[in-house]
Amino acid sequence: MFGKLTWSAIPFDQPIPLAASAFVVVAILGLIALISVKGWWPYLWSEWITSVDHKRIGVMYFVLGMVMLLRGFIDALMMRSQQALAAGGAMGYLPPGHYDQIFSAHGTIMIFFVAMPFVIGLMNFVVPLQLGVRDVAFPVLNSVSFWLTATGVLLANLSLVIGEFAKTGWLAYPPLSELAYSPGVGVDYYLWSLQIAGLGTLMFGVNLVTTILKMRAPGMNYTRMPIFCWTALASTLLMVAAFPILTATFAMLLLDRYLGMHFFTNAGGGNAMMYINLIWAWGHPEVYILILPAFGVFSEVIATFSGKPLFGYRSMVVATMAICILSFLVWLHHFFTMGAGADVNGFFGVMTMIIAVPTGVKVFNWLFTMYGGRVRFNAPILWSLGFMVTFVIGGMTGVLLAVPPADFVLHNSLFLVAHFHNVIIGGVVFGVMAGYNYWFPKAFGFTLDEGLGKAGFWCWLIGFYLAFMPLYALGLMGMTRRMQHYANPAWQPFLILAAVGAVVILAGVGFQIAQLVVSIETRDRRRDLTGDPWNGRTLEWSTPSPPPAYNFAVMPTVTGIDAWWLMKKAGQPRAHTAYEPIEAPRNSAAGFVAAFFATMIGFAMIWHIWWLAIIGLFGAFAVVLASAWRARDEEIIPAAEIAKIEGARAAPEGAA
Amino acid sequence: MTETTADLFDPGADETGGGQAGPASRAIIVSYGFWIFLLSDFVLFSGLFASYAVLSHRTAGGPGGRQIFDLSRVFLETACLLASSFCCGLMSLAVEAGRARATYAGAAVTFVLGAAFLALEISEFAGLVARGDGPSRSAFLSAFFTLVGTHGLHVTCGLVWLVVMMAQVASLGFRPKVVRRLRCFALFWHALDIVWVAIFTVVYLIGAR
Amino acid sequence: MGARATRGGPGAIRPLRRLAVCGLAILTCAFAPGPLAPAGPVGAAERIILLDSLAIMLAIIVPVIVAILAFAWWFRASNTRAVHLPDWSYSGRLEFIVWSIPAMVVLFLGGIGWISSHDLDPARPLNSGPPAVEVQVVALDWKWLFIYPDQGVASVDALVLPAGAPVRFRLTSASVMNSFFVPALGSQIYAMAGMTTSLNLKAERPGVYPGLSAQFSGDGFSDMRFDTLAVTPDQFTAWVAAVKARRAALDQGAYASLARPSSNLAPFTYGAVTPGLFGWIVATTAPGNSPAEARVVAAASAQGAP
Repeated sequence: MFGKLTWSAIPFDQPIPLAASAFVVVAILGLIALISVKGWWPYLWSEWITSVDHKRIGVMYFVLGMVMLLRGFIDALMMRSQQALAAGGAMGYLPPGHYDQIFSAHGTIMIFFVAMPFVIGLMNFVVPLQLGVRDVAFPVLNSVSFWLTATGVLLANLSLVIGEFAKTGWLAYPPLSELAYSPGVGVDYYLWSLQIAGLGTLMFGVNLVTTILKMRAPGMNYTRMPIFCWTALASTLLMVAAFPILTATFAMLLLDRYLGMHFFTNAGGGNAMMYINLIWAWGHPEVYILILPAFGVFSEVIATFSGKPLFGYRSMVVATMAICILSFLVWLHHFFTMGAGADVNGFFGVMTMIIAVPTGVKVFNWLFTMYGGRVRFNAPILWSLGFMVTFVIGGMTGVLLAVPPADFVLHNSLFLVAHFHNVIIGGVVFGVMAGYNYWFPKAFGFTLDEGLGKAGFWCWLIGFYLAFMPLYALGLMGMTRRMQHYANPAWQPFLILAAVGAVVILAGVGFQIAQLVVSIETRDRRRDLTGDPWNGRTLEWSTPSPPPAYNFAVMPTVTGIDAWWLMKKAGQPRAHTAYEPIEAPRNSAAGFVAAFFATMIGFAMIWHIWWLAIIGLFGAFAVVLASAWRARDEEIIPAAEIAKIEGARAAPEGAA
Repeated sequence: MTETTADLFDPGADETGGGQAGPASRAIIVSYGFWIFLLSDFVLFSGLFASYAVLSHRTAGGPGGRQIFDLSRVFLETACLLASSFCCGLMSLAVEAGRARATYAGAAVTFVLGAAFLALEISEFAGLVARGDGPSRSAFLSAFFTLVGTHGLHVTCGLVWLVVMMAQVASLGFRPKVVRRLRCFALFWHALDIVWVAIFTVVYLIGAR
Repeated sequence: MGARATRGGPGAIRPLRRLAVCGLAILTCAFAPGPLAPAGPVGAAERIILLDSLAIMLAIIVPVIVAILAFAWWFRASNTRAVHLPDWSYSGRLEFIVWSIPAMVVLFLGGIGWISSHDLDPARPLNSGPPAVEVQVVALDWKWLFIYPDQGVASVDALVLPAGAPVRFRLTSASVMNSFFVPALGSQIYAMAGMTTSLNLKAERPGVYPGLSAQFSGDGFSDMRFDTLAVTPDQFTAWVAAVKARRAALDQGAYASLARPSSNLAPFTYGAVTPGLFGWIVATTAPGNSPAEARVVAAASAQGAP
């Protein structure tokens, strides 16, 4: 009746997961109770859950990333503390089975449910505003994408309470991830949660590519598009081209596990090496999906806070698209040690180094953007400078690893772990933080507290170096990754230092939470009344903060790059006398309800409850039908209402 | 007013030279977006083709392509699918002209031919499974069933979609959003043809040598 | 006296002593046998490549970091002495330099990468001096089996090698993917079921070098450690003789019980090994590879060749 699901799925006999589950369940119930008591459900339902406004959806993606950052970070703290303790004969406090789930969950959550939602959230919010249009190409699809990602988050976290998570690492290599070696539900939780979330990401990719290529304000040709939109285009093109590979690969592993097929099994002629090739053919473009929008953020921030246009715009565009294409030609550098031979290894090593060229070009161009400028040291610029220094170090270690014989002694060591955290934290996370501080006033109408923001930055920066420089050293001493305990006591001081670093980062996170809370409480003092708190250059700063639902009452006509800067210099008046009514997409519950059924399908498939999965499929199909027959997809915002909203803006004219 | 294919090609409304004229029309945006989705679907199939290529000789002591492929049935399937695409084209012409009865007729024949394709494929699969040469027999068979079966699953979804679209035409007429969806369906159906040609060549023709 | 005690007396020395001990630990770690202090020619060559590449990259990175910090500081908004170029956003000459520098560095390093990939290809035999020792490696859950086909003995979780002789490894796995790695000797290589990979290493001088698996393989992964004992050629011969005197024989039955999951074993040895056992392990762990391959392996094991 309930497939493999029994009461023993709840970890009554394991104190740590049990305590964690209890905490999470109580917290969620408490949140639901609070919302119910305060009567916020109607507001949340109509303004957020069923919203198809790209700005709302972007914020929700970002909030999802923030919540998951806490979960993934707790996993990191547990890993660091375990390794700091388990030296010599000591075993630490996490048994191997549990530790294995923690590092697998850490990686999975950080990549799929933190980094991806962060960059997608930023792109979702910012791109239509920068393009001077009213929304993305497919607003309802946007909502579906978000809610399917939330389904993935829910399923992955549900494994903490009911069942277990994968014990295979975040990429679940076979044969370890096959039924023979992972008979439990852990790998199934991993696969279904990521398949569903991956579908959402793919849809978002299609959505944004179409938006950027087919929906821009009049006069905005490709050479007048903001650089962030170029990086968003490259990132979403990669999503469209790479995520189907992930879908296919996970489908094959699912077929092995559910229908006894032999894609990657030891028996029946399966080929585990093929999985590794396929998964990294997705995996390498994935990291560029993450870093390219971060590069875009830095380009915008450095230009704005230097008071100068971005240096070498066309070069930056070429570099971005070059990275986009080259990212598909380097995947084998993730497994030089699999024995492909010197020619193959050599080719991919050279290709990996070639991709460092456009990245280096970007760093130089940012340098020259600052040159001759007047750099204002707000939080976004601090994150950018921290990024530039940290990322070039990470890039350097990447180039070192790209030399195959060097990789032969460093593959899978803590040197590798330090390298990818160096570029992901130094690159993606710092970029996201810069973007967060930069665009927060636009999204919510008030700025974030600068002091707490800077304190958070310094803790992140110092904590990062404390946590990961020792790992470089350990890798060079021969320590491999994913060890639950180790024999060499000389490694322990380094791991203790790394644990201290993690705690310092925790302080950084604490400062950022404080920054948010304090900023909300003091928001009246820090209202952004002009819509342009940073003296920005691109069109999003021409709207009020927060922008009205329709973004632009009249679509701007673009005459050059940095369109808003040109408008300010020309002293163009912003007030209009006559407005046209605007057709806006209506809210839709399709995303939320589809995700509900997707969760049902995922959970049912994980636990082999076939009848429930079939109900879920029919339910999802019903959502599609209901959407298809919706009587009205749009509503008209009358001209009078637009005039009222625009008139209420206390906007000074000309340059700020 | 019914949207026509003219809207797709009218330069005045949406010159797409660098997007200078502002956002494209809804018709263009929807078709373009669907094309991008189809490209992603091609990538999915590429992954399955790659896996088929790697595993095509891993027969684990079981049958290989030469033993199991019945080329005459495959020719018949191909004929059905290609004819189905042709009828879909006729249906599209009827849609653009706003002629409901011709649309239903074209759709019906498209459906029947597509269903015939599926029936032949299912019978091939069933026969193999009954002989003990199902997808769990060997890596080659896993790859074969999955690649061809994924295409068959797409065809099935297409047939369901076609039925839904005819219900939409019946209840809503040829309003713009229905016409846009029918255009997307046609793109989908023709794309499945392209994938089938690849399967036919790589799997059956080459595999049966 | 009291003031001195708080300023520079015993209270201040204790943390300094701790720091010195830590520093000593760091230094000993850095020069314990490992990638930075290799004990064989492969590791030595890799170390040179690593350090050379690092030096080349640092020559670029350090000035860049200095420039980042210097530009940010010099062009801060409050510094009115700095040149102000509010519209300067293009320079053809600079663009040329900006593309050329990374390109040249990458070309150079790429050349190093290409050449060294060939020189240090794991499958490339080390033709030097004494005849090569063949070792067949099987990764099990969660221990390492080392078969010496020429000597007819086998060892679990202890790899004994004659120093100065090249060693030819053929590796496979009896279950999931692992990676055979002795950091002090150099390159690692994956061990995978149903196939063999090749590795060539040499221990230059006697010593004990830790070995491990560098590819996560399950709950017992942390215990997949083994010691590589490089001994003099005479000691190696003596060891082989001593092992052969043991009664324990590694045949298919003994292998079956060895292959059952277990971890944290004390090293032990087998005095006799069924000829062709390694080939049989490869063929039977992942049956269903190409029939041709399976036939070859079966024929080889029937003939008794490794």
